[in-house]
Amino acid sequence: MIEAHLEKDLFGASGSFRLSVNFRVDDGQCVTFYGPSGAGKTTILRMLAGLETPQEGFIRVNGESWFDAKKRVLLPSHKRRVGFMFQSYALFPNMTVGGNVAYAMQKKSSAKLEDLLGLAGILELKDRYPSTLSGGQQQRVALIRAVASEPKLLLLDEPLSALDIPTRLELQDEILRIHRLFGIETILVSHDKQEVFRMADRVLSIKEGRIHAEGSPRGVFFKRRFSPKFAVTGRVLAIERADIVFRAFVATGTEILQVILGERDAKRFKPGDEVLVASKAFNPMLLPLFEPFDTQAPQHASPVTIGYVD
Amino acid sequence: MSLAPFLLTFKLALCATAILTATGIPVALWLANRRSLLASGLEASVALPLVLPPSVLGFYLLLLFRAKGPLGAAWERFFGHPLVFNFEGLVLASVVFGFPFMVQPLVAGVRSIPKELIEASATLGKPWWTTLVRVVLPNMKASILTGCVLAFAHTVGEFGVVLMVGGNIEGETRVVSLAIYDAVEALDYRSAHVYASVLFAFSFLTLLVAYRVNRRFFSA
Repeated sequence: MIEAHLEKDLFGASGSFRLSVNFRVDDGQCVTFYGPSGAGKTTILRMLAGLETPQEGFIRVNGESWFDAKKRVLLPSHKRRVGFMFQSYALFPNMTVGGNVAYAMQKKSSAKLEDLLGLAGILELKDRYPSTLSGGQQQRVALIRAVASEPKLLLLDEPLSALDIPTRLELQDEILRIHRLFGIETILVSHDKQEVFRMADRVLSIKEGRIHAEGSPRGVFFKRRFSPKFAVTGRVLAIERADIVFRAFVATGTEILQVILGERDAKRFKPGDEVLVASKAFNPMLLPLFEPFDTQAPQHASPVTIGYVD
Repeated sequence: MSLAPFLLTFKLALCATAILTATGIPVALWLANRRSLLASGLEASVALPLVLPPSVLGFYLLLLFRAKGPLGAAWERFFGHPLVFNFEGLVLASVVFGFPFMVQPLVAGVRSIPKELIEASATLGKPWWTTLVRVVLPNMKASILTGCVLAFAHTVGEFGVVLMVGGNIEGETRVVSLAIYDAVEALDYRSAHVYASVLFAFSFLTLLVAYRVNRRFFSA
């Protein structure tokens, strides 16, 4: 179990603010820090890894004190046993894939190295250098390297943000599989709601250095007045007039939805707003994503049909 | 004409380059990520030999190295022979003079290493010296090679400082560049040609090999 209370003054793009968070990660949990960039998420991970020092607070991992401002305890990074996965992967360019992973292992053994590489599906890349790998392959190497050091805590700093969507979905599963297999407490930083939904047991939503919501992804993202049958979050791209009504275009993940609005709603929203597209009255259909739509299929009475990815 | 100036020149260049590599790496590591006034001051002094005429630096080194000078006196008490007009004095002066040629490529090399690599090594449980040997130095091989080649080549080509601090003693401090000067003074153009052309060809080949190696093996 990890308990932390962290305080530090940060200087962001929109001025300075104080990062002040209090949180706990229970055994074997995967927790996500969700929030806009510049909110202090990465700084929290870096403080847990010992790459930055908080001004106040403490970090306790399974009863062991890693940092305590009052007792003047500060365990250096290399004694903390954290697996940190950087946004840039930070693979050592002078070592092969096997070399990178072996470097992290406490006891070198070629059998165990091959086990780990096999686990991540990269055994055949063992003798390749990082510069010859694709983004997704580099990400797998970075993940298995972080795990190879037998960490007590796995920290993932927006690990998938640079990848295309199919690779991202595949690697989300990979991370979950590794997380469950090793049972390591995992903290994932993300600003992608889909990712949080798929991955996290618990989400801490962070804004300007404070945790302003905490709970299950469902609880945090759908704290609404009603419970919709169908809901996706998205961002308004444009609102235009169409005769007597208004038409809003809303980007949700990879799709763009069209929603009809009355004049009052059209005035309430503007391009750039984050919105929830929800409906109680109809049941959304699921259609296969990579097959052509069947034009002969009976049309449902509902005015909107949506191909829903998941 | 004799082979002695050549042997002496290469011995001097090898010694100076070895000392420069050993001292330059820690200095470069320290300098690379500092922004203090002290660091800027050190960086400026390291670069001084690039802009000063060799005679200026040579003059002050001479004052420092002579028997009555602070360093020269201590040296003589310790080793029993003077520093000035002596091979050891020449090596020391070459080290001072070659410092920017070694340190500047090294600083650039350290700065080119992404900070995350060093941080990643720390989070993987490695203390700083393991990180230095396994991650930092291997990823700046090209800069180390460049520094060595420039320091070596520059020492081979030195003239003013050597003349000031070393005098011109056959077999002890008469390096090739001085031998050329002597030959020209004595109107022995044939010897001057031989010394000069060998030095010319050697310097060109050293640089050529270094750039080739850099391009072939270290271009990532």
